[in-house]
Amino acid sequence: MSAVQVSTTVNGDAIDFVCQPTETLLDVLRNRLGLIGSKEGCGTGDCGACSVTVDGQLVCSCLVLGAEAEGRKIGTVEGLADGDKLHPLQKQFIDNAALQCGVCTPGFLVAAKALLDRNPNPTEQEIRYALAGNLCRCTGYDKIVRAVNAAARDVRKQQARKKR
Amino acid sequence: MAHDTSYTDQDFKIVGSRPPRPDGIDKVTGRARYGADVSAPGQLVGRVLRSPHAHAKIRKIDTSRAQKLKGVKAVITSKDLPDLTEGNRGNYDILENCMAREHALYDGHAVAAVAAVDEQTARKALKLIKVDYKVLPHVTDVDAAMQDDAPVVQPHIQHDGKPSNICNVSQFGHGDVEAGFAQADVIVEKTYKTEQTHQGYIEPHACLASVGPDGQGELWVTTQGHFTVRNLCASLLGMDIAKLKVTSSEIGGGFGGKTHIWTEPLALALSRKANLPVKLVMSREDVFKGSGPTCSTSMDIKIGAKKDGTVTAASATLRYHAGPHPGPWGMLGGMTAWACYDFENVQSIAYDVLVNRPKVAAYRAPSAPMAAFGVESTMDLVAEAIGMDPVDFRIKNAAKEGTRASYGPTYGPIGIGPTLEAVKNHPHMRARLGKNQGRGMACGFWFNFGGQTCTDLNIGVDGSVNLTVGTVDVGGARASMSLIAAEELGIPYDQVKCNVGDTASLGHNDTTEGSRGTFSSGMATIFAARNAIEEMKARAAKTWEIDIEDIEWRDGAAHAMGMQHSNLAPLSLAEIAGASPGTGGPIAGHNEVVADGAGVSFASHICDVEVDPETGATRVIRYTVVQDAGKAIHPDYVEGQFQGGAAQGIGWALNEEYVYGEDGCLQNPSFLDYRIPVCSDLPFIDTEILEIPNPNHPYGIRGVGETSIVPPLAAIGNAVSSAVGVRLDHTPMSPPRVLKAIKEKQAGG
Amino acid sequence: MPRVGLSGQHREAADGAASLDIEASTIRELLAILVQRYPRMQRHLDEGLAVSINGEIYRDNRDMVIPETAEVFLLPRIQGG
Ligand code: FES
Ligand code: FES
Repeated sequence: MSAVQVSTTVNGDAIDFVCQPTETLLDVLRNRLGLIGSKEGCGTGDCGACSVTVDGQLVCSCLVLGAEAEGRKIGTVEGLADGDKLHPLQKQFIDNAALQCGVCTPGFLVAAKALLDRNPNPTEQEIRYALAGNLCRCTGYDKIVRAVNAAARDVRKQQARKKR
Repeated sequence: MAHDTSYTDQDFKIVGSRPPRPDGIDKVTGRARYGADVSAPGQLVGRVLRSPHAHAKIRKIDTSRAQKLKGVKAVITSKDLPDLTEGNRGNYDILENCMAREHALYDGHAVAAVAAVDEQTARKALKLIKVDYKVLPHVTDVDAAMQDDAPVVQPHIQHDGKPSNICNVSQFGHGDVEAGFAQADVIVEKTYKTEQTHQGYIEPHACLASVGPDGQGELWVTTQGHFTVRNLCASLLGMDIAKLKVTSSEIGGGFGGKTHIWTEPLALALSRKANLPVKLVMSREDVFKGSGPTCSTSMDIKIGAKKDGTVTAASATLRYHAGPHPGPWGMLGGMTAWACYDFENVQSIAYDVLVNRPKVAAYRAPSAPMAAFGVESTMDLVAEAIGMDPVDFRIKNAAKEGTRASYGPTYGPIGIGPTLEAVKNHPHMRARLGKNQGRGMACGFWFNFGGQTCTDLNIGVDGSVNLTVGTVDVGGARASMSLIAAEELGIPYDQVKCNVGDTASLGHNDTTEGSRGTFSSGMATIFAARNAIEEMKARAAKTWEIDIEDIEWRDGAAHAMGMQHSNLAPLSLAEIAGASPGTGGPIAGHNEVVADGAGVSFASHICDVEVDPETGATRVIRYTVVQDAGKAIHPDYVEGQFQGGAAQGIGWALNEEYVYGEDGCLQNPSFLDYRIPVCSDLPFIDTEILEIPNPNHPYGIRGVGETSIVPPLAAIGNAVSSAVGVRLDHTPMSPPRVLKAIKEKQAGG
Repeated sequence: MPRVGLSGQHREAADGAASLDIEASTIRELLAILVQRYPRMQRHLDEGLAVSINGEIYRDNRDMVIPETAEVFLLPRIQGG
């Protein structure tokens, strides 16, 4: 099998890489681009630890081929912070102790950001359903839901400030 | 050196606060490095070939074609792991579990492994390995395995003078149960079953091994105990302990499942053979089939009581499966079963039974949740039979200071009574229930323990402090350790940086298991800090040219005491540290301790469920955890442990199970088919931390991580049974089982 | 002299005794005397023993002092998650 060349955008930066046609986007991110923030918990689309966005759509990167990134915009956990300024979700996850081991955290942050991008004022139920594709075994989700709720408040405040 | 470890009721300045954790930024930005997140130049990909049979004799393994495949650098079988265990049966069992020898003992048992230049080649190579199996009869069910005619898993194990799967029988208790039952007005006797579950940590086992021909090696691994990994791997591979450096990565969950070794010796052996680094990451299927889940059980529970609520006798017969090698699991069930209560006549008999399933490992408070399911369900049945409120019935019989525990010793100050009182007074107990809803509560117990621990504390010339601990941080421990060091030294929290040291930089530390991390490293940290304070006082004495006896350490500074020294301004930690090059060199504190006396812990949980009578599906609608934590160092992470344990218990109670086919093969080795609770399955989990100080720890710390998984199976069982009006006696209480129970009740009128 | 309680398997190894009077001031001494008196105890010692003194379980600390009037109980070494 011959390798394919792919031109894509990752967290706003134009990137070219070469990969095998069978290689997943998750493997490309981790092994070729050194972006180890996305984790492999299952490799079969069941845990969400590998969550990234492709053109703003939340996907499991273990189910996407690297070659499919051609011409798309990929967003990973590494792109959440703005320089040294943490995204409100990142800050609230720390402040609310929403992580214990933290291996699920990158996936939750990416999934929660996808939620807040489309709905900055979610109910508890909406948060729970939006995050139902991400498994966490340590926290029982309690503090995660609270952190997302608090971050949503921060995001709304930011947006209100921008409008003014 | 012996230290006084007794509890002193001090006023804390920062212990008990909730500062952000030191590894927080790394973990929310994706920088933290877990087991699979490091690479070495020239590294190979390791992969393991696993048995497709539940039980088989391995006649021959032909690896020649795999070896010839381009890109394959090493292929190993048990021949590459010769038996160096010198009659140590425990170590031999570990060796045999890591790589099958003459027999494959369960579906998923490792039989060979390869290292190749990339994943594709490694996979291809596995397909080229030909294993000649003679399939043998198998047994996966614990009750079936105890039958006389059951296939024998390990012929060297004998019971009653003949080969048997019963590898251990333990008995605990006191009094005369027969006489006790004779005095009872009501006797309830019932049989229960619980199915096997997995810890379900999200991060699969992963390691990066590098061994050279000179016998020196390094291992990067996700584990709860890198010192244990080092000792075991070195001894199985014939390496010197000092020449194998093991570094524990960030760990993506363990819950007991990462207290053993699995593929680590294989990665090391592959690396040694190829003379190149080898990275070996388990797939999720490998994790389900080839790591260490918990046991399935079957139990007979019998309780007799007087009408006034006094229990006159209680007995339990417990059957726990251990996998293909003996383990202590049934015994632990026997020890914990009745530990919440003060019964005059009590007994438990526990059987450990071999089956063709993966080796069992600890899962939080190992073995206690299953026994609690049987015991606490029966407690409710007895309460109902004598017409007493289930909480009052438990309060009447609860163990207290001075009670002789069913497993032998007499309790000191304990928290079961207070957790029950807290439950009784909790608003949750008075909330109204709707249609198809039910409420249940249950109690749980775990021992907790300490063990060998070793801590270093180094003070930088700028007064910042490096704390190195040897217990792995499984969920926020570095924050707690930093709090303790800062408290002792009298400096701000963010002046302390806590690291987990590798095996080359610290003395031996036992595995982080049994809730020991905060208890024992906390103890070693306190003494290491006090050790450093003594040194700083000595430096201040030198500087001031006064007696060290005249110096007191307070608020992060040395103070000269007495009128004659009133002209001496205090010397802060930073000042002493800054002057240290000229006063005797670097300042450090150490402590090596066997931290024993971790203090038992109790919890009581309340749970409301709603059951859909059409489908049998159960939803947990409200959940409350009340637990004695001893002193809570960082309450956020104590709550987190309570909530996490409860959520795991909910999954165990309602849905999770290993499903084996007729062929003895696991049918659901994926997150999709095993299905742990997701965010939308659960409500918020309320917590109430009781702080009953542990008399054997200077800060009163007890372990907190284990007990929270003990009551949920029974609490949910009691809630579901009350919602549907029929007793559920088999976990998981999945929709088909609940529906069947409802149907049977309807049929029976 | 401390009285040492035994359960299940340990009882068997001690010829069925439910408790023993053993003159020992530390856990180390206690275990040494036990094995001396009951060689079958060695197996349990190898597999792992813990000693509870006044309700607190000691798994490793063999130097632990046993107070004169203490309640002592022999337990299997336990492990956790
Ligand atoms: S690794 Fe992609 S969903 Fe689990
Ligand atoms: S914090 Fe460990 S899996 Fe979520």
